[in-house]
Amino acid sequence: MIPEIGHYALVLSMCLAIAQAIFPLIGTMNNTPSWAALARPLAWGQAFFLTIALAVLTYAFLVDDFSVRYVASNSNTLLPTVYKISAVWGAHEGSLLLWAFFLGTWSAAIAIFSKGLTQEVVSRVLAVMGMINTGFLSFMLFTSNPFDRLFQIPAEGRDLNPLLQDIGLALHPPTLYLGYVGFSVAFGFAIAALIGGRLDASWARWSRPWTTAAWVWLTLGITIGSWWAYYELGWGGWWFWDPVENASLMPWIVGTALMHSLAVTEKRGAFRSWTLMLAILAFSLCLLGTFLVRSGVLTSVHAFAADPDRGAFILAFLIIVIGGSLALYAWRAPSIFSGGRFDLISRESFLLGNNLLLTVFTFLVLFGTLAPLVYDALEWGKISVGFPWFNKMFLMVTPFLAVLIGFGPLMRWKRTDPVWLFKKLRIAMIVSVIIGLIAFIPSISTGSLLVPLGMLLMAWIIASHITAIFDRLKHKKGVGSFFADLAGKGRSYYGMVIAHMGVAMFILGATMVSHHGVETDLRMSPGESAEISGYRFRFDGVTRVPGPNYTANQGKITIFQGDEQVVVLEPQKRTYFAQERPMTEAAIDWGFTRDLYVSLGEDLGDGDWSVRLYYKPFVRWVWLGGLAMSLGGILCISDRRYRRKKPKKEQLAQTDAANTLVTEKS
Amino acid sequence: MKPRQKRIVFAIIAVIAIGVAAKLIIASIDAGSSYFYSPKKVLAGEAPTDQVFRIGGLVKVGSMQRIGKTLTVEFIVTDDQAAEVTTRYTGILPDLFKEGQGVVAKGRLRDDGIFIAEEVLAKHDEKYLAPEVKEALEEAHNEAMNQKEYAQ
Repeated sequence: MIPEIGHYALVLSMCLAIAQAIFPLIGTMNNTPSWAALARPLAWGQAFFLTIALAVLTYAFLVDDFSVRYVASNSNTLLPTVYKISAVWGAHEGSLLLWAFFLGTWSAAIAIFSKGLTQEVVSRVLAVMGMINTGFLSFMLFTSNPFDRLFQIPAEGRDLNPLLQDIGLALHPPTLYLGYVGFSVAFGFAIAALIGGRLDASWARWSRPWTTAAWVWLTLGITIGSWWAYYELGWGGWWFWDPVENASLMPWIVGTALMHSLAVTEKRGAFRSWTLMLAILAFSLCLLGTFLVRSGVLTSVHAFAADPDRGAFILAFLIIVIGGSLALYAWRAPSIFSGGRFDLISRESFLLGNNLLLTVFTFLVLFGTLAPLVYDALEWGKISVGFPWFNKMFLMVTPFLAVLIGFGPLMRWKRTDPVWLFKKLRIAMIVSVIIGLIAFIPSISTGSLLVPLGMLLMAWIIASHITAIFDRLKHKKGVGSFFADLAGKGRSYYGMVIAHMGVAMFILGATMVSHHGVETDLRMSPGESAEISGYRFRFDGVTRVPGPNYTANQGKITIFQGDEQVVVLEPQKRTYFAQERPMTEAAIDWGFTRDLYVSLGEDLGDGDWSVRLYYKPFVRWVWLGGLAMSLGGILCISDRRYRRKKPKKEQLAQTDAANTLVTEKS
Repeated sequence: MKPRQKRIVFAIIAVIAIGVAAKLIIASIDAGSSYFYSPKKVLAGEAPTDQVFRIGGLVKVGSMQRIGKTLTVEFIVTDDQAAEVTTRYTGILPDLFKEGQGVVAKGRLRDDGIFIAEEVLAKHDEKYLAPEVKEALEEAHNEAMNQKEYAQ
């Protein structure tokens, strides 16, 4: 009976979503305030029923209700409780429910935190989100209902995929989805602006914190996913350029471009159509990501059992959303060249450079990801685009971005004096060149030019940002006013600095681990030792240990540096009862300068095992960089000016000035 | 230059730049990617001998063996009908690698017909079969059925 309540709640929320898509929008068109005012209550109602649906599914997992097909396929009485909860979104149907639930939550959040917006804007944004959720809910109800019953109730469930029985994967999908769905808000604002034809600075100001929030979640989701892949997939890589990883990376890159472009639109009134385009693109790429994961059209480590019906449905949905919004864009968007004028050396043009590089990179990733599909469709053969290609493309674009980042914070709007800029950044340039030159020492560079380049760019970002902070504080009350500035008006400024420092941290980690990492696969007998990068790994044999829903072969590897014992690592090879398949559980001794990573391969007989012994220098900085970027984003959102109910007069005056410029020009 | 001329020059440069970039990308993607061949096509000599490519199919039951005291394993990739390719791999096989299950291997074909794999992939999900593998198996199956009908 209880699962039917969930099903019923799902149907009700879909009815509300349809109403939310239609009435508020019509209300704003023909001036019927009572219809327009329906948007908020409908959004609340939708969020309420989706919460019930999610709660019911969670309950079904907690009480092991195997009459529900989804629970029977993805849970087991022996599954630890925490993974019973994460199993709710562990497979297709439940993850869709989570998607819809988040969309409902974001809609309700808009309904609550939009006091300063006009009713018209709120109604339109919520109407757009209602349309999106109508799509998702009908997809769920017609092709993938999580509450489907089984008429022969199994005594035991098939258990959750062992790879997903892990804290990283309990957290990865929800954070990533919050990001994906969050971009629907920016999308909603963009569509609402296009419908209304009013693309002023207030539109940009309202989109900014929401876009940044979505971006923060997406950053966290990707970071957690990368960290999870590193320790759980057992082969110690942190990024594979797998189609599904690319699917989450593309909206992230476009989202990054969107955040920067929104800044220009808000402050200077420029780049409006470009910003709109990015908002549409970011969300479209989120949908494309969902399509790629869910349809199984691409060979990927993430691909689930394919279902052509589902693929066709999402593809149709994708075409309607992307096609519809682009058509609206073509019809309503202002001309490309609108906006305030600016010089070549100005913050605007450098942000434009950042945007172009990010967009180019997105298209490269998109091309590489979809090339196998295109080749197959044109019958040119079945290809897979390798890791080296993506790395090459990455290295062709991103170094330029890192160079631009360094100039960013000191740049002024409209016009920056190049001589002044050079004088300011002289020391930062010298410092970074020296560090780059030091990195040419063979033991650091390992013969690759990329190590000095990476170190130079990292030093450049750090040094230029420190310069910029000092310059900023000099204009205030000196260096001592740092904390007052941080607590007061400077919050979004320091958010930017921290996020950019995250980029530097990422460069450090990625460069070092790519060039100094050592990966060896060995056959080892008990008592045998192997020496890797100054560490001695001694294999002490394998014993059997029990787990709650599995048994494991647990290896013991003692690591020495010189004569000193560093750590004892115990990697496992698990066999889960319900699915009888092996699972590698790596053991890692982590540190800020290096990770020591060991995992078990196979039993080769006579007590011998194949083992992986990895030395991963600075790999943590890859994820610390991601965390710093997220933290920076959070600081930006918490900036006070977004919480002010009505914009200050001076800001209004400023944007008015920018608008006048536009009118004069056009 | 007048703004209009500026814009035209800008547009021309942009078009040229995009064209050159597209050419480079497509050329590099051809070099950086690997094609898929079914075991049957490999036996028919259609696969390149000088280039990395991928094969896929099922790991033949009972075919897997270790070579001496090394990490090298040998197994047969089959389309479940007549075509079989002996494959050799040095390293640790993925968790889901199992006889009778689907597999995709990337590597080079040696002159003696043994496929030397650099990478062996088996997936997250045991229900999941890579689309290429699925298609190769179906094709081989259908052909075998047709031949049987023809013989009757």
